[in-house]
Amino acid sequence: MSQHRVIVVGGGLAGLAAAVRIAEAGTHVDLFSLVPVKRSHSVCAQGGINACNEVARQQGYSEYEHFDETIYGGDFLADQHPVLEMANWAPRIIDLLDRMGVPFNRTGEGNRDLRLFGGSLFKRTHFAGATTGQQLIYALDEQVRRYESEGKVFKHEFQEFLWPVMEQGRCVGIVAQDMRTMHIRAFRADAVIMATGGCGLVFGKSTNSIICTGAAAARCFRAGAWYGNPEMIQVHPTAIPGADKLRLMSESARGEGGRVWVPRKAKDPRAPKDIPESERWYFLEEKYPAYGNIVPRDIATREIFDVCVNQGMGVYGENQVYLDLTHKDPEYLTRKLGGILEIYEKFVGEDPRFTPMKIFPAVHYSMGGLWTTYTKGSYNPQTALTKHKSGSPAPIDAKVGQGMQLGAVNNSMTNIPGLYAFGEVNFAYHGANRLGANALLSCIFDGLFCGVSVLNFIRNEAPGKNPAVDLPAGAYDAVVQQETAKMKHLLDGAKPANQDASTNPYMIGKELGEEMTAACTVVRTEARLKQCLGKLAELKDRYSRLRLADGASWTNQSFGYARSVGDMLVLAEAIALGALERRESRGAHYRSDHTGRDDGNFMKTTLARHANGVTAVEFVPIDASLILPTARTYGKKDSSPNAAAAPAMASAAS
Amino acid sequence: MTATAQTPRRTATPDRTVTFRIKRCDGPGKPSYWQDFRVKVPKNSNVISCLQQIAAEPVTAGGERVTPVVWDSGCLEEVCGACTMVINGKVRQSCSCLIDDYAPADGDVITLEPMSKFPVVRDLWVDRSRLFHNLARIKAWVPIDGTYDLGAGPKETPASQATHYVLSTCMSCGCCLEACPQFNLEEDRDQWDSSFIGAHAISQARLFNAHPTGSELKPDRLDVLMGEGGVNDCGNAQNCVQVCPKHIPLTESIASIGRQVTLHAISKFFRG
Ligand SMILES: Cc1cc2nc3c(=O)[nH]c(=O)nc-3n(C[C@H](O)[C@H](O)[C@H](O)COP(=O)(O)OP(=O)(O)OC[C@H]3O[C@@H](n4cnc5c(N)ncnc54)[C@H](O)[C@@H]3O)c2cc1C
Ligand code: SF4
Ligand code: SF4
Ligand code: FES
Repeated sequence: MSQHRVIVVGGGLAGLAAAVRIAEAGTHVDLFSLVPVKRSHSVCAQGGINACNEVARQQGYSEYEHFDETIYGGDFLADQHPVLEMANWAPRIIDLLDRMGVPFNRTGEGNRDLRLFGGSLFKRTHFAGATTGQQLIYALDEQVRRYESEGKVFKHEFQEFLWPVMEQGRCVGIVAQDMRTMHIRAFRADAVIMATGGCGLVFGKSTNSIICTGAAAARCFRAGAWYGNPEMIQVHPTAIPGADKLRLMSESARGEGGRVWVPRKAKDPRAPKDIPESERWYFLEEKYPAYGNIVPRDIATREIFDVCVNQGMGVYGENQVYLDLTHKDPEYLTRKLGGILEIYEKFVGEDPRFTPMKIFPAVHYSMGGLWTTYTKGSYNPQTALTKHKSGSPAPIDAKVGQGMQLGAVNNSMTNIPGLYAFGEVNFAYHGANRLGANALLSCIFDGLFCGVSVLNFIRNEAPGKNPAVDLPAGAYDAVVQQETAKMKHLLDGAKPANQDASTNPYMIGKELGEEMTAACTVVRTEARLKQCLGKLAELKDRYSRLRLADGASWTNQSFGYARSVGDMLVLAEAIALGALERRESRGAHYRSDHTGRDDGNFMKTTLARHANGVTAVEFVPIDASLILPTARTYGKKDSSPNAAAAPAMASAAS
Repeated sequence: MTATAQTPRRTATPDRTVTFRIKRCDGPGKPSYWQDFRVKVPKNSNVISCLQQIAAEPVTAGGERVTPVVWDSGCLEEVCGACTMVINGKVRQSCSCLIDDYAPADGDVITLEPMSKFPVVRDLWVDRSRLFHNLARIKAWVPIDGTYDLGAGPKETPASQATHYVLSTCMSCGCCLEACPQFNLEEDRDQWDSSFIGAHAISQARLFNAHPTGSELKPDRLDVLMGEGGVNDCGNAQNCVQVCPKHIPLTESIASIGRQVTLHAISKFFRG
């Protein structure tokens, strides 16, 4: 296969895992990234990565239960087979990372330590200090550097993906721009993997890195790739409000015993340590006695939002609640959570081991992404089973290929042959809500498992007979011209004197973020979403008259940002449209005008398509043939600030 | 983090204006020049949030409309290393540089310069590819048998994990290189393999030499570190360890690699 090449766009966990898998099989990889891959957004992940493990297994846990939790946590929106395969692979992935040298935390005996995470009653989260994502990406970065030294991977860092190139009905390469020289050129490939991560910047401030604009996905969408469940945006319950970013306070703070509370008296002026236990309202523990503080994210977010915004019970009357670790041993906290507590101290100036943290929800993760398909595996029960009883024997073992067929060429492929989507940009695994510590897993799983599919595609399908190197130049040249024209249009007339706010890209970006945060996050309504679509139309109109202050043809950062804003507007519209059309509440998507889940009409994928500048959504059936849907309540009970404090710390959290 | 309760921050004047004095450069080979920008800083601002304000409205203190300042950033939480620059003469990450600490009074000045040991791309953005090249020089990886399912890795004690974890948090920011008197700007790629490799790569060599599978490549690493631009070029000035934002014990790493190199040289001598 010497003449075949694969392009991987994105050097986060998903892109790096794919690059390693493909390079080690002997196929050349061209790896594109906006930043040196080691600096990709995946470094931000703190809490950990989920997998069934021997300790949990011997208490009754199984890969199957991990699968069941993920489907239930996602509120029954995901196609079920891919999720089963991912859960089954998880322990293998942990072993592999372990062999690569990831410094997972250890027990006294030298085994990998485990922690509790949202949505499970078993400890199944593996972690490396409080910087698990950083440690995982470094391990994969090192393996890629090894293949780079051997000439099997070529890195194109500071190169921005602009558009996919299509020929004969398949994707045959990309057009990219060097962010320094601004040179635009085409690159040929027999398959292209998009591993470009999430789109937090559409919401302005989020927990994401500054490069997570979603522009790359939006460009594929504009070029004809379908987008699945755009409206499913996860808002993390616990972030630190900030001027440039909402920094995450990891769920592991709750997993390690952190308790969420507000004073029972509204606007109580006392310092937290002066408020006695009986005057604190631990509202999550009271409402969810079984899971307590470790209820899944969407539930915690809505409860915090409700307590602050609707009931006006936020700390000091502001939109914030306490996340309290001060009852734990400071030494223990330093050992288990050092990194993330340091972040809080660094950016807020208070030590969370002695003063409760003040936190509020923030946009965090996109469950939606490029729509992909798959080939079902061998497990196909006659009728779907009822929800798995926690700790009971699994109906099946974890053999490879029961969920998805290993090597099937369409696994994680978009509707465009040869164009794949891995990692956060793939909509497949998390349904309407992602469980904590399942994202890193889905990224690496995509790279390793579906990397094999890419290899089979180029070997057995069209590229086998007709490799990209032999294709005529026409299709490539046309896209280069298209992108050059786009650049000319934006740079035309750019000069420092252009500083009118209404056509300033930073102002348009800022207004976009504020509008999307107000209309499309925790609580959504028909009226507000319609208003949002109107605002987006206004921003689009202003965007068409955009004026830049910098016309340089060298490292023009504001030009790069301005181009992304155009793509973010398209993605924003898909998000708002999906949220408007989905007239029910499910997972992260909560409609106060349609509060119930409506399986009859909406246990379906939201499929967004873009053609001739117009976005349309429809709902297409999912495959839920393995587990029957049940109400997703996590055993909720009633609680109010006036009730006596119930001593209801979740047993699993202790 | 300290073990005792926190000390309160200096109280900063609310609604104050801070001057950013920025060293700019339009591109490689172009001259550098300074520009001042006045920024109204809200509470909890950091250097990046101020640069964002300047990018949106690039007007100098003298009222001149200019091009937006270019800089590098990513995570905004001091874990990716991208935003490193020289602030008030000291190298550090700009995202974690809080204005309330650096410029608490109205009219305070903060100077921003690009790192000097790497070629400038534009303004505050530098090209640090040499840093990654140096990781390849010392084969900073564990040579596994492939990504197949081949069981778990070696067990490790919590104490050993704690040591390795700290070394492994190095985010290739380059602070230790900026501060090092022995590490100099080198634009000619052909010279990279014979120029001082720096504390960052030496410390990574220590990390991988200590790993049971990683130690397979220990002789290769020590060959490089024994040669020109290796650990012997270190003048022991210890500037590196003082500026490392991740508190990596770099001088310990240098000493450890120094010993390994000596033993390696002796055994090579006897093996011929
Ligand atoms: C603060 C935080 C903490 C988290 N903690 C956890 C956790 O504990 N556990 C967990 O499971 N998940 C966690 N997540 C989620 C998880 O980190 C992400 O979902 C995951 O890292 C995404 O990886 P990725 O490989 O898909 O993309 P990313 O890591 O985002 O990488 C995207 C890559 O694409 C490149 N790219 C993007 N656009 C372009 C373009 N136009 N041209 C060229 N290249 C481009 C970028 O340069 C980058 O290399 C966390 C997320 C956040 C924000
Ligand atoms: S100790 Fe060595 S590496 Fe560190 S600053 Fe000094 S000369 Fe440089
Ligand atoms: S050793 Fe420290 S200062 Fe040097 S690159 Fe690594 S993190 Fe930065
Ligand atoms: S932006 Fe990542 S370290 Fe500052």
